[in-house]
Amino acid sequence: MRRDVFQAIADPTRRAIIALIAVQAMTPNALAEHFDTTRQAVSKHLRVLTECEMVKQDQQGREIYYRLEIEKMKEIDKWLEQYREIWEARYRQLDELLSTIKKEKKEK
Amino acid sequence: MEMDFVVDKEAKTVSITKEFAFGLDLVWDAYTKPELLDQWWAPKPWMSRTKVLDFKVGGRRFYAMVSPEGDERWAVQKYTSITPKTNFKLFNAFADKNENLELPGSDWDFNFSEQDGTTKVSISIYNESLERLERMIEFGFVEGTKMQLNNLEELLTRLSQS
Repeated sequence: MRRDVFQAIADPTRRAIIALIAVQAMTPNALAEHFDTTRQAVSKHLRVLTECEMVKQDQQGREIYYRLEIEKMKEIDKWLEQYREIWEARYRQLDELLSTIKKEKKEK
Repeated sequence: MEMDFVVDKEAKTVSITKEFAFGLDLVWDAYTKPELLDQWWAPKPWMSRTKVLDFKVGGRRFYAMVSPEGDERWAVQKYTSITPKTNFKLFNAFADKNENLELPGSDWDFNFSEQDGTTKVSISIYNESLERLERMIEFGFVEGTKMQLNNLEELLTRLSQS
């Protein structure tokens, strides 16, 4: 199954994890303390986030720190911004078309 | 008139609201008649080419977005509910030229209302997967669109003077 950024943000716990590690890289244990859930559940979310390429792992001594891939977050906003631009272009064309039709009706 | 574009990532919904300084009858036609839809649906320089449009519940619009190079991107919109001049709903999915759907698709809900000669259209698009947006954008409209905008004001001025 292909993972993408949208899957990463589809779950409330994953959104909370993203918010936490956006501030600073954290270990799974430190993250688990913020949630009313098991360490295993947090690890599972981190695995999904890794597969979505939303987080990167840094080995520091015996600990693994997770940090956010900021560029991936920007991708979502970039796509949505482009979608907005498509609709703006459509609607400019529609406004133009409606003006033309109205004018033609008046001339008849 | 301004367009309002709101994304709710959690609800996987995009809402687009637009007011038009035109009556409801005309605006409704622009969304439901193929000869009018094809004149505005595709951001230039893309073209919209509607092959089938059967505006009734259970009917569909089967159309292509055609690039300046002639590449066709087909899509099907199946009408699932219609309340004339008020609301219609459709299921949108990409397809190949033989109308084989590429699922999942998205659910679109169109609402129309008129007040004092201004018609408001609110569209809400629910995507099972917001990844669909990525594909829509792969159409590659956007660059051409920006060029188009630069010329638009000039065009509007010319139209209003003619």
